[in-house]
Amino acid sequence: MTTPGSQLPGSPDVAVSMQNIVKSFGAVQANRGATLEVRRGEVHAIVGENGAGKSTLMRILGGLYPPNSGVVTVHGRTVTGWSTAEAIDAAVGMVHQHFMLVPTLTVAENIVLGRELTRGPFMLDRMRSERAVADLAMKTGLLVPAGRRVDELSVGEAQRVEILKALYRGARTLILDEPTAVLSPREVEELWQVLRRLRSEGDTIILITHKLDEVMAISDSITVMRHGETVEQLRTADTNPAEIARAMVGRDVALPAHAGSTGAVDSRSVALELKDVRVRSTRGTVAVDGLSLAVARGEILGIAGVEGNGQTELIEAIAGLRDIESGSITLSGASPEDISDSSVEARARAGLSHIPEDRHLRGLVLDYSIEDNLILGMHRQFTKSGLLDRDRIADNARRQIAAFDIRPPDPHQQARALSGGNQQKIVVAREMGRDFGVLLAAQPTRGVDVGAIEFIHARLREARASGKAVLLVSADLTEILALSDRVAVMYGGKIVSMQARAEASEESLGAFMTGASRVTAA
Amino acid sequence: MNSKVRDTLVEGVVPSVVALMIALVVGDILILVFGESPLAVYRLLLEGTWGNAYGLGQVLYKATTLIFTGLAVAIGVRAGLFNIAAESQLAAGGFAAAMTGLLLPATVPAVVAIPLCMLAAMAAGGLLGGVPGVLKARFGAHEVIVTIMLNFIVLALLSYLISAHFHVPESLHTEEIRTGSIPRLTAASSYFAGSAANFTIIVALIAAAAVWVLLFRTRAGYELRAVGLQPEAAEYGGVKVPSVVIRTFLISGALAGLGGINYVLGYKHYYEEGFASGAGFLGIAVALVGRSHPLGIVLSALLFATLSQGGLAVNALVPKQMVEVLQAVVIIAVMTSIPEVRRALRGARPVPAT
Repeated sequence: MTTPGSQLPGSPDVAVSMQNIVKSFGAVQANRGATLEVRRGEVHAIVGENGAGKSTLMRILGGLYPPNSGVVTVHGRTVTGWSTAEAIDAAVGMVHQHFMLVPTLTVAENIVLGRELTRGPFMLDRMRSERAVADLAMKTGLLVPAGRRVDELSVGEAQRVEILKALYRGARTLILDEPTAVLSPREVEELWQVLRRLRSEGDTIILITHKLDEVMAISDSITVMRHGETVEQLRTADTNPAEIARAMVGRDVALPAHAGSTGAVDSRSVALELKDVRVRSTRGTVAVDGLSLAVARGEILGIAGVEGNGQTELIEAIAGLRDIESGSITLSGASPEDISDSSVEARARAGLSHIPEDRHLRGLVLDYSIEDNLILGMHRQFTKSGLLDRDRIADNARRQIAAFDIRPPDPHQQARALSGGNQQKIVVAREMGRDFGVLLAAQPTRGVDVGAIEFIHARLREARASGKAVLLVSADLTEILALSDRVAVMYGGKIVSMQARAEASEESLGAFMTGASRVTAA
Repeated sequence: MNSKVRDTLVEGVVPSVVALMIALVVGDILILVFGESPLAVYRLLLEGTWGNAYGLGQVLYKATTLIFTGLAVAIGVRAGLFNIAAESQLAAGGFAAAMTGLLLPATVPAVVAIPLCMLAAMAAGGLLGGVPGVLKARFGAHEVIVTIMLNFIVLALLSYLISAHFHVPESLHTEEIRTGSIPRLTAASSYFAGSAANFTIIVALIAAAAVWVLLFRTRAGYELRAVGLQPEAAEYGGVKVPSVVIRTFLISGALAGLGGINYVLGYKHYYEEGFASGAGFLGIAVALVGRSHPLGIVLSALLFATLSQGGLAVNALVPKQMVEVLQAVVIIAVMTSIPEVRRALRGARPVPAT
């Protein structure tokens, strides 16, 4: 382990120091002697695969758990095992990966929640709250509409509200847990500007992330964690993505390259075709607006776009989870089959596989075991005269766990207890480990570690090579560009651009994603 | 035993045990308030129930109905549904069994008559269960409201049918059934002489076993539990959630309805107004304390039956309402301790790390 910039924990320059932190949950050690040193006024990135213990370490810092052993100091004061309230009092604020906002309250109400401004003993002072929030927003550059309800905000705005919430409580040390997972490239850039501004005012920022380009773009120093330990502490200026990735995984990693297509697409061999499909969102608005597209065998069609532009509804409509208002969906196996009104099960039988965007909501029954999750949707095939065929279910689990390297390799383990990457491997194993012709892959690597991303991408490329049609939806442009043969951009429920991989770039796509340019799809 | 099974067991059992201990402490305080010795009261309670043949027989008899209503509620809970109408389904099942027993000529042998009466009881309960099921699946009507209201409608209707058409003069019960009686346990062993315990308890145990197989060993149970845990994931997996809702309510109602044979075929041999007397509602408590697991339900049905029979036994020392208070405390303690105890148990085990 290298320890550069050897500042003593007590030095006034050190904002946060965590030494030899051990934290176990039952038999599992999430942190086994992790060390972290963050200087005041820097952006410090913590990187590591899922299950490396990053979030646990930060939750200890934020006061959510006490460590089993080890010492935590903040600005030289020993605070080991403090509470969240004490952390907030000491100006340490956490921005969680999953937003913790009350959707029906306004931005201002959410921000002041718990520290409401009142008039007299009982009356809320809404005017003063909104003014205070607007002032703070102005000062930090985190522009949000203070009077708007949170459920009307975009994801990017909601995240700014989360950050403002921490700042409103006086945070000078901000912990951000994978803040860019749901942001568009432009929103990410805006976030970086805010973080740089906070840094210039002397605030300290700790950033948990998987994405190495982000680490390079924003951080000053880096802590790499693996298996609950700190394996490397680096200055960003002195390192490169390959070195960080090697430290994270413990071996050389093929970083997502801009690999082109593996051969020309035969346009006659269409496997999935949508014609003028219109779908309404749950709220009743038109989410997919007369969209047409075709995916050929042996092709990955990537759909880029900022979330909330109809991608979710589009995928759900193809999968049979949402009714279409008009248009048609055709699956072409041996002969074309109109599946516009088919049940989910019938579509699966016709050769449609689906990796859903939200594994916690749809992809897994979290309280079911790994083996039971590995048959979800195929459970009819694992039934013998009404009874579950436990032997075959166990066989299937053994095979899939080995083939997809699901850890822990215990088929009876609850899916809930697994790391995000391993949970996603269950979904991928189930959807790709069976006979299928068309795969819908929605955000297939969201919240998944580098090793698992590499693995899942390899599976998707294999599927293409063996002649499957893949419709990939991802908020991650790097992923879209790394995998797709053609890239479509979805904006406002329509495909506003269709580019061959060779022409597509972050810049060319970005303009369409934000709605800045609009060219109807070819 | 592997650690997974042990964890599940610990998590399933510990909260209920903790709840019982809390109830005992509250019971102690109540008894002391009445100026009696807790030890004496509890001894009397046990002697009056498990301590003698008649008491034990009564406990088994009361537990039988509670197993049925507990299973009825539990299967709903497993699918994320709350069936509050077990009370009226139980009554309707008993009524249908009595009507069938009255309609069949006395010459029909018991082997034919009993199954027919049982089918009638299940059909009546199932039909009533189907109403909230269909209303929920088709129109999204909340099943709790629908089932509460159904209780009023069905109980009122039964009351009218009995008092206006089917009662024996000067009573609120029907005539005795001509065929279809289920023998008392006395028939097998004179030990239970005098008590209402009858062979329906075997039917109840078979029902519990069948529910276990259904929940944990069949495809239908896999789908049912998935709907209860994560309806969106079930839907994604091709499960037709509305039909699972309807199916579950049909089974739930049928189980509660079948409970009606305990009184009608096994004990009095007629339908009597108000015979359910809260056993349907107590089924909710039985299911919750039994953690919606068939084995747990059998045990918690025995517990609640013991308490309600024991209330009569301890009446000499403390008011029998004390036992009703105890039942309520058990329920509240379980509802409170489940999340608390489970969290404490889980704290010692891994949570997903990122």
